[in-house]
Amino acid sequence: MSELETFRAEARAWLEENCPAEMRTPAKGDEDVCWGGRNFVFQSEAQKLWLERCVAKGYTVPDWPKAYGGAGLSPQETKVLRQEMAKLGCRSPLNSFGIWMLGPALLKFGTEEQKVHYMGQIARGEIRWCQGYSEPGSGSDLVSMQTFGEDKGDHWVVNGQKIWTSYADKADWIFCLVRTDKTNKYQGISFLLFDMETPGVSTKPIKLISGNSPFCETFFDNVVVPKHQIVGEVNRGWDVAKYLLGHEREMISGMGGDGGVTSIGAAMKATLSQEPVLRAQMALFDVDNLTFRAHGERFMDEWKTGKAHPAYSNLMKYVGTELNKKRNELVMSIGGSQALEWESERSNGGSKARNWLRTKANSIEGGTSEVMLNVVSKRILEMPGA
Amino acid sequence: MAMTLTDDQNMLRDTARDFMASEAPVTHFRKFRDMGCKDGFSHGLWKQFAEMGFTGILIPEADGGMGMGQIEAGIVLEEIGRNLSPSPFLTTSVAAVEALKLADKAMRDRWFPGILAGETVIGIAIEEGVKHRPEKIACVAERSGNGFKLTGQKQFVVQGVSSDMLIVAARTAGVAGETDGLTLFAVDKDAAGLSMEAARLVDSAVAAHVKLDGVQVDADAVIGEVDGGWAVLSKMLDAGRVGAAAEMVGVGTGAMYMTFEYLKTRKQFDRVIGEFQALQHRAAHLYGEMEGARSIVLKAQSLMDEGHAKAELYVAAAKAKAGLACNLSVREGVQMHGGIGMTDEYDIGLYMKRDRSLNEFFGDAYYHADRVATMNGY
Repeated sequence: MSELETFRAEARAWLEENCPAEMRTPAKGDEDVCWGGRNFVFQSEAQKLWLERCVAKGYTVPDWPKAYGGAGLSPQETKVLRQEMAKLGCRSPLNSFGIWMLGPALLKFGTEEQKVHYMGQIARGEIRWCQGYSEPGSGSDLVSMQTFGEDKGDHWVVNGQKIWTSYADKADWIFCLVRTDKTNKYQGISFLLFDMETPGVSTKPIKLISGNSPFCETFFDNVVVPKHQIVGEVNRGWDVAKYLLGHEREMISGMGGDGGVTSIGAAMKATLSQEPVLRAQMALFDVDNLTFRAHGERFMDEWKTGKAHPAYSNLMKYVGTELNKKRNELVMSIGGSQALEWESERSNGGSKARNWLRTKANSIEGGTSEVMLNVVSKRILEMPGA
Repeated sequence: MAMTLTDDQNMLRDTARDFMASEAPVTHFRKFRDMGCKDGFSHGLWKQFAEMGFTGILIPEADGGMGMGQIEAGIVLEEIGRNLSPSPFLTTSVAAVEALKLADKAMRDRWFPGILAGETVIGIAIEEGVKHRPEKIACVAERSGNGFKLTGQKQFVVQGVSSDMLIVAARTAGVAGETDGLTLFAVDKDAAGLSMEAARLVDSAVAAHVKLDGVQVDADAVIGEVDGGWAVLSKMLDAGRVGAAAEMVGVGTGAMYMTFEYLKTRKQFDRVIGEFQALQHRAAHLYGEMEGARSIVLKAQSLMDEGHAKAELYVAAAKAKAGLACNLSVREGVQMHGGIGMTDEYDIGLYMKRDRSLNEFFGDAYYHADRVATMNGY
């Protein structure tokens, strides 16, 4: 047996031993997702136990180094672990922007002290992070952002406003782009970390077309941020931000139902068998879905061996989000009038309709599809022009 | 396995790429097309394929071949597609070889040496209608003497008239629509009662309409089991499908980069047209589709090589996706080339014709999307 197969057997045995039965059923909604943080309320003892066991094993962030709370697994081992988790239907023990976005940026740009402190907190699910990037006047043109940090010697005083801050009202800390030099557009931004309980920070949820409020407006009124709470160098935050956006794009592109290859068609056979054109659309969707999963697998394998183009995650973000929108359009069409119900118990509180509307943001947040196509065209295809 | 090519596979790709570009580029295709070649390919090139080891790439080492898998065959096919190199590789070295691998030793010994030498061409006589419906095969094989008597008709037998042998699927039991009761036969081109009519196709390949008028074959002409031909047929078809998909990745990629090059050089309104965002976005979208196609084809090939239970599903998805993506590539190619794309002198139109033929070969994208739906349980 190869080392990898030995690891597979061990991982499977560990999962079977440690993953509670309740955590092997599909999450029904966002309330079943463990986000961690200072104010998180566990939905069940099993959810808490599953997190604690994974934390102890380093499996909330299996590919992070052990010193920073991970299990120090190789990319191949991490892939095997995820495969085994998927086979057993194990839920993710911990979801967090800290894992997906901030952690990788800290690993690349953070000091040793920051890695041990912040990454450790993330791995243990102690601190829930939010991201302060977009501003009302700076969406696709993010670098035009205005939130300003005035240099006061050993700290900055931050004033301004962010928007589309995911779960800012639930987050403990924010990683935030702050302008620290008004004279230099790209090299005048710093990447700061601060507590959302710092005096002067306030949030206001934004109600979306889905009726839910996953995003907030976030306001900064003379917020004091100590100088050591910066990642990377002063005025070089754009480098960190871009690197982190790459991870965000990977994350968003991976979204979509079970995130896997299983077709949603079988469960809807009764309707599809009566609707030949809809069935055909579903079939073509399945072709695209299988394609995207294979594409993602190939991309990750190339990415981890350094063979992927640095801008390739932009392509995956474009393809994945457009696909997810298409999936939800089909779910709505197949669901018919029942999928239109907004509040009823039989519609699980309008979950289909709300999810469908939520996915419309996928191709806007983290860089619009149009911006992704611009980047692919210019950086990968090397098309001419500005 | 990892979804990246190994060092050996990269080396094979470089070899195949250099070979096709120097020995069988688009100018080679044009030469044989313009002389009205009755075969639609060069026998000399087929011999060169053999010298390179390509013709026996899927033949087991024990039978004198390279003993490689679908990934390696696909690497060669992609370069064939990129250069529109005309050859019997897909029908003979991929589809026919996969069927013959399941035949007895006497049959393998009879046909593999000729394939290895680049002397033998084998036609695949499956289709009976204008669309791919293998389970609907109605051609009949009645027991007769020591063997069988075949009666029926076949069409879209690519390189049929140039073939030394045809693999014919016929019904030994059951009725059209059933997968049980089919049997595969190796039928010699000179067999009495076998007649062929050559038809030039849009991509200049030559396909045959075949008539089987009581063709007598011996019992040892059977490939695999009598009445159990579906297993052999499925393997042969899936190899042909994933092979055609790989070739379409080559055709689509070739057409795509030809188009990108054009966007970077053609000037209108005092600038290169590649500066226009309307074209940039379409180019980037096309790139994504082709990259997706490349990925699912690689996935299908590796699952086939592993003998994975899901291989059939992925082959269907790969044939469908490669067909859709390659088709998009040639349509965008002709459109973005503008008027010059409509001329015979320019190559992009040749890619459009080849795509059309490959899409139809062993089932089009809609046929395979339908199979994906069925295999996915709806």
